[in-house]
Amino acid sequence: MTALLSVDAVSKRFRGLVAVDRVSFSIMPGEIYAVIGPNGAGKTTLFNVIAGVFQPDDGTIAFNGSRIDGETPDGVCRRGIGRTFQIVRPFPGLSVEDNVIVGALLHRPDVAAARRHAHEILSRLDLFPKRSHLASTLTLPDRKRLEVARALATDPKLLLLDEVMAGLRPSETDRIVAILTELNRETGLTILLIEHVMRAVMALASRVLVLHHGAKIAEGTPAQVVREPAVIESYLGAEVLE
Amino acid sequence: MIARLIEGTSRRGLVLLALLLAFLILIPFFVNDYLITVLILIFYFAFVGQAWNIMMGFAGQLSLGHALYVGLGAYTSAALYVHFGVGPWIGMLAAIPVAGALGAVIGFLAFRFGVSGVYFAILTIAFCEFARVGFDHFRWVGGSAGFFLPVAQYSVNDLWNLRGKPSMFYYVILGFTVAAFIICHLLLRSRMGYFWQAIREDEPAARALGINAFRYKMIAVVISAGMTSLAGVFFAFFYNNLFPEQVFHISRSIEMILAPIIGGVGTLFGPILGAVILTGLSETMHEILHLLGVDVPGAKAVFYGICLLVVIVALPDGVWPWLSRRLGLSERK
Repeated sequence: MTALLSVDAVSKRFRGLVAVDRVSFSIMPGEIYAVIGPNGAGKTTLFNVIAGVFQPDDGTIAFNGSRIDGETPDGVCRRGIGRTFQIVRPFPGLSVEDNVIVGALLHRPDVAAARRHAHEILSRLDLFPKRSHLASTLTLPDRKRLEVARALATDPKLLLLDEVMAGLRPSETDRIVAILTELNRETGLTILLIEHVMRAVMALASRVLVLHHGAKIAEGTPAQVVREPAVIESYLGAEVLE
Repeated sequence: MIARLIEGTSRRGLVLLALLLAFLILIPFFVNDYLITVLILIFYFAFVGQAWNIMMGFAGQLSLGHALYVGLGAYTSAALYVHFGVGPWIGMLAAIPVAGALGAVIGFLAFRFGVSGVYFAILTIAFCEFARVGFDHFRWVGGSAGFFLPVAQYSVNDLWNLRGKPSMFYYVILGFTVAAFIICHLLLRSRMGYFWQAIREDEPAARALGINAFRYKMIAVVISAGMTSLAGVFFAFFYNNLFPEQVFHISRSIEMILAPIIGGVGTLFGPILGAVILTGLSETMHEILHLLGVDVPGAKAVFYGICLLVVIVALPDGVWPWLSRRLGLSERK
């Protein structure tokens, strides 16, 4: 099977700082793939390079068989990559429904059709009862789910989730894990997530990439990765083995 | 289209709207020319405020040089009328592309090179100032000495050439304002309207949803500039004289954005309500001072300042969002 996303020897430098250092990996269609690592490891920079916010200094990125490095963020989304942000940024002055309609309009010129699609997604993410609320009035867990809903509304083939579980209580984390698992199972949606919450990574991901100082230090199944000495030393700490 | 127009508006709101329109159509039969002139000013500012609102209220791009487009519309139509005998309605067809093209140039320079926020606002001021200086030396349209249209025959209404009584001008500007309201209403609820609002709220997030921010901001500037130029055509034929120092002056640009700011930026009724408050109350204040025999230079500017202060402190979203909540009417910002 051909990979949906192939990242090949991608590097990104900010003056003297190498934020991403010749990172390579590929994601198969329908896979849930996680990127973990300590703060400052380059995870979000790698995300932003894939999403078109930054252009890579070296390396190539291919999505669905076509090169996307150098593409603009809107161009990347139109090709089928939806994303959320580490610091959530829903449109605060718009209602929950309108936030999702904006995403749904990408592939639907008709507002009524976009609204119907938005309602389906809001129901799936348990946000339908709050559809008329202003996004700025939502709680953090709701805002995180709204970001996922908005990205899903663009009908992505690949969903990039940047720490959607961060700052949530365990019950809220389990809720999002359940939603993502169901989405992946029912629609075959491919997911690439950055996550610090290891219980979510262990529950969701089929493979995990570990970054440290911008470079890949391990890759494999969650069970393999958490036993890697380099990963334990740089990120997880000894308690994970206990 | 009618279904789209009334979608989301309460029955109560529709009845109020119909009554208001009927009242506005009938009012010239019951008031004198002075009051009609005040109403003309109100709708003039409501119209230009609506046009400015497309750029700032819908798409989030602050222009502080919108007098540029009024001036371009005014000078284009006036020059065609005086030099070639072309009527104002045909002049509008020329004014819209002229203003739209310059808007596109400004938009391209700004959006292509990442000029945004206050820097974009400064760029719009700069272009308006260039135009002021340029028209000051443009002898073909009178230069700094001014450009004059043949004065209207007051007793005859010639709609084709926009020469006539104040009541004729009133109906023209009322028609412009109603048309602008309908256009803005449809735009705001269109696909493009949703994209504009997304860009206004958070451009990087909008781009992450596949929205080509450059394209949609350009469209907003061109539509706003073209619509504003129509106000310029009206201005030229209503006042019959144009001076670069007045038409392109920054105070004109500021004056035209006060109504939507006070009424409610990004709302459909905000520019209209703001114009009613500002022009209506300032003219009332002027009349009262006149009756009392008090001459206070700059009273209008002080009044505008007080209105702005009150709104910024008490109602930062503008008067209309507050009023619509009170009246039980809904409007999406």
